[in-house]
Amino acid sequence: MDNAYDGLTDAGEEKHWAFGTGFTDALTGVGRDIPAVDREALTAYCLMLGDDALVYSQRLAEWCSRAPELEEDVALANIALDLLGQARLLLSRAAEVEDAGRDEDALAYLRDERAFRNVRLAEIDCGPGPGGDFGTTIARLLVFSTWRLALFQRLAGSADPVLAAVAAKGVKELAYHRDHAAQWVLRLAGGTEYSRERIVEGLAKVWAFTDELFATHPVEAALPGVAVDPAELRAEFDQVIGTVLTAAGLDLPETRQVAPLAGQSGRDGIHTEAMGFLLAEMQHIARSMPGAVW
Amino acid sequence: MTARQVAEQVLDPELPVLTLADLGVLRDVREDGGRVTVTITPTYSGCPAMDEMRADLVSRLTEAGYADVEVRTVLHPAWTTDWISEDGLRKLADHGIAPPQRIGPHAVGPVPLNLEPPSRRVPCPLCGSIRTTELSRFGSTACKALRRCEDCREPFEQIKEL
Repeated sequence: MDNAYDGLTDAGEEKHWAFGTGFTDALTGVGRDIPAVDREALTAYCLMLGDDALVYSQRLAEWCSRAPELEEDVALANIALDLLGQARLLLSRAAEVEDAGRDEDALAYLRDERAFRNVRLAEIDCGPGPGGDFGTTIARLLVFSTWRLALFQRLAGSADPVLAAVAAKGVKELAYHRDHAAQWVLRLAGGTEYSRERIVEGLAKVWAFTDELFATHPVEAALPGVAVDPAELRAEFDQVIGTVLTAAGLDLPETRQVAPLAGQSGRDGIHTEAMGFLLAEMQHIARSMPGAVW
Repeated sequence: MTARQVAEQVLDPELPVLTLADLGVLRDVREDGGRVTVTITPTYSGCPAMDEMRADLVSRLTEAGYADVEVRTVLHPAWTTDWISEDGLRKLADHGIAPPQRIGPHAVGPVPLNLEPPSRRVPCPLCGSIRTTELSRFGSTACKALRRCEDCREPFEQIKEL
């Protein structure tokens, strides 16, 4: 065909569109064996990993059309899409293990803040809103993707075949995300005095949420062989971050950690003030018009 | 035509110069009595074209006379660009998209960190020059990077190794 877009213009041919209605369950046709473990714990664990990806994907998507250059709009949107794909698989798995009639959409759109189990690093406002800027955004991408990559490498050996497969696939995607962040940290640190200041301040801000990433949760402790104990990831994480910061000539931030509240944090549904605003934007159409399709 | 032959000719919705077989996402086609079971795998976790691939496979097989078609998805083993056929690599280059290099099996252990863009030479698919630079690791779809040729000055896309 002469015009690459001609094929998209047939009226009424909804199947040409990759977006809109007609999505089926992300796990359609995937083998669904469930290991003999505590189902409630496995559901919660799938929600933890799925919510990390879903909430962070929403944050990254906020940058689309707001990034410093067009290539970066595209890059952040692609990273968001990878994470949204991981989220769909993980929330579908949570729904299947829970077996209570909810699907991935119900879990994404109809749960309230206290039922979300993501780490708080995923939800904080790192810009383009008032909470940050591009430097803060790159700092979070470095911390989040370094941590999740180390986690998924180990999860690829999980006794849950679906978690293992999602992780093995995700490792390849996360490696690109981490490289992208690391290369930007070097550019910002080695650029102007101003760009260096932005990445230093960004790292200081997001660093306050790092300890939470490595705190073993009772749900993880209840799933030996299936879940990864995040405490085991710290050494590798510190080594990778150290390599990037040394290459960039930056010091490790010395930010005071944001403590859990009465022993509870993101994994228990205790979130920061930013979370409610994020969910309001992400969920309001699905909640205002229940069952709507487009 | 056999069910396999029909399925192999279905085009990828986002890279319509390739068939699903060229791309390596078509993993298996089985005929059992009147029933056809097709197995596919996604390229990236967030590939938005999976539903469309399923619908295309069902409609093409139905048109070819196979009434009972099931499309299954497998996530394991994870797709790699090494599964793109030789024919697929050639078709990509013919259409101005730089094909990926073969990467071989993944090494065991922690994934190495890359602090610089890959230094490998990616020839320009338009003029053949090897003086090309990466503009962005992420392109119009998850599987592509954006590059520019320093000789003919044209931008072009590259399927990045996965």
